[in-house]
Amino acid sequence: MNIKKLFAVLSSTVLCGMMLAGCAGGAGGGTNPTNAPADPGTAETPAASVSDGLIKVGIINNDPNESGYRTANDKDLKAAFSKENGYDASFAYSLKNDEQITAAQKFIQDEVDYLLLSAADTAGWDGVLKDAQNAGVKVILFDRTIDADESLYEASIVSDMEKEGETAVNWLKDQNLDKYEVIHIQGVMGTAAQKGRSGALTEAAAADSDKWNIVAEQTAEWNAEKAQQIVQSVIDSGKTFNVIYAENDDMAKGAVAALDKANISHGVGKDVIVMGFDCNKWALEELLNQNWNYDGQCNPFQSEYIREVIDKLQKGEALDQKTIIMNEKGFDAKTITQEDVDNYGI
Amino acid sequence: MPKNKLSDLWGTISRNQILIPVAALLLLAFFNLLADPTFFRIYLNQNANGDPVLSGNLISIIDSGSELAILALGMTLVTAASGGQDISVGAAIAISGSVLLRVLCGADSRSEEMQAPIIVAFLIACVVSMLFGAFNGALVAYFKIQPMVATLILFTAGRSIAAWINNNELPIVKDPSFGVFGNYIPGIPIPTPFLIAILCFVVTWAVMKFTTLGLYVQSVGINEKTSRLNGLNPELIKLMTYVLLGLCVAVAALIKVSRISTINYSVVAKDIEMDAILAVALGGNALSGGKFNMAASVLGAYVIQFLTTTLYKFEVNATALPAYKAVVVIILVVMSAPTVREKLTALTKKLRSSAAQNT
Repeated sequence: MNIKKLFAVLSSTVLCGMMLAGCAGGAGGGTNPTNAPADPGTAETPAASVSDGLIKVGIINNDPNESGYRTANDKDLKAAFSKENGYDASFAYSLKNDEQITAAQKFIQDEVDYLLLSAADTAGWDGVLKDAQNAGVKVILFDRTIDADESLYEASIVSDMEKEGETAVNWLKDQNLDKYEVIHIQGVMGTAAQKGRSGALTEAAAADSDKWNIVAEQTAEWNAEKAQQIVQSVIDSGKTFNVIYAENDDMAKGAVAALDKANISHGVGKDVIVMGFDCNKWALEELLNQNWNYDGQCNPFQSEYIREVIDKLQKGEALDQKTIIMNEKGFDAKTITQEDVDNYGI
Repeated sequence: MPKNKLSDLWGTISRNQILIPVAALLLLAFFNLLADPTFFRIYLNQNANGDPVLSGNLISIIDSGSELAILALGMTLVTAASGGQDISVGAAIAISGSVLLRVLCGADSRSEEMQAPIIVAFLIACVVSMLFGAFNGALVAYFKIQPMVATLILFTAGRSIAAWINNNELPIVKDPSFGVFGNYIPGIPIPTPFLIAILCFVVTWAVMKFTTLGLYVQSVGINEKTSRLNGLNPELIKLMTYVLLGLCVAVAALIKVSRISTINYSVVAKDIEMDAILAVALGGNALSGGKFNMAASVLGAYVIQFLTTTLYKFEVNATALPAYKAVVVIILVVMSAPTVREKLTALTKKLRSSAAQNT
């Protein structure tokens, strides 16, 4: 019984605390919604007394533990939207759409100035974004797009996965091999990264089928060991190949483990060309050591683009375009430097 | 009469539950033999370090299936004692592997040298893994929570805990001596994971043979109340099976992280819990607990890997892969269901008696 009582007391305390916090938040941002369009004018004066002139942003992201990419992405955002840079940022993480929507509603109630959103799922955002619009909260999408009317958000900052695939395949074409015999290791089927990165290769192979031959095409679901098994099975069946096109670094690593086991040489000037994506630091080091040939970037550093957009909106300028595609590089083992590894490795 | 002896023998075989995984294995082997006999080719060559290694599809199967076989040992015990399954083993492997790398790499996730002997790191990982096993076991045994619900907690939180242990960094062990557990011991051409799996199996077999643990586990699984009346402590035995599964998890984690000398928290050992449960089911063990056959579960694990390798070999379209696997699994599981087996035995009996009448 005692435990029950204690629990009841505790939970009611927590509830009261949350209510108070909610009120405080409401009062703090209370001056903002009506003058959101004229933000630059009022930013210094009345708002300053409440939030020290900080721009209030609510950031909804996927769980940073999801992948190295997401960890780097989260770190970058946290560094950029700091108090020193003039932002008052709150973060919410979830891999589930409904939890993200709840977080968005909370941010709207807290009356943030900007809502930054990397949606878990493309559908289901219309309602909450309309609420945001009515409350004068500006929405900026990053990393992932959603199925909603363009008028509901200010800008969308994305990677172009098709372009990533194209850059990689163009690099491969430039290698001028006599014959391309490719083992294609795919990510989780249906993801944007898989579709974009697979698309370019499939197209190139179909366009020049005399020269290009896909020896094997399998999904390893971003998993190193599955990639190892797939390449192992190709080796065991005695087929020849000279390119491994893995859609992320982990899978490239697994593939290389299978090559090492069968004593097949790989890397610059060797029998098999190894290609990966995502630019993990260790992967770029493999490039630096000439063990791999190519690594395509999927840029997680979106904060500078987002801040540019916010700066423009704060000044009341119009944006040139709604969809902003980030610059993404591809690294060649022949030209990569230690500096690249330090700057672009995630 | 020789004929009677023969039918007696047939009776023992058909009643033995190991028949199911053996039949499945033969079926798969037969299919591969028809389709492409080169599937069974094994050859000796050298790896990049110049050490001799055996290669071929069969070697790939015993290599890649070993973690699953080790997990199946623990999962069988858990299933038998508690009448439920632990669905957190994949997440637990992530935790255990993360601890292992954390100890090996120390604070610097990219250090050139190992900061601790492998055996120390492994023992610490074992302890952590067994503690998590004890957590699951305590929820099941003392709080009487359904095993699947109890282990759902760790299933959900495990991979985040694993990432947190290493501050979300991906440590890499550069020392090649760490790779032997997932690859090859120099000079021995048989994959190390298989040797470890055999060792685990022999140890478990010896424990079952020379202690009363196996008997106790079975009696708790069959009837908890009667076992208590007979002086057993069902809670403690259930807890013990989960701790033992934790030990199996630590061994599997060692192999997993050794294979690629690093870890990826979100995908390492992904969905392995389902395969481990499937291995137990394929071994003909009742998922509701009670009697069990360890060897059948282990064989079941290798059958699953056999299936995977076969599907890779035939380059089944990537999007269709799960569907093919599902079809085969449905057939195997339905065949191994006790009701179907009873019907089949009845049918064969009928056929035999009618044949006897005709002669």
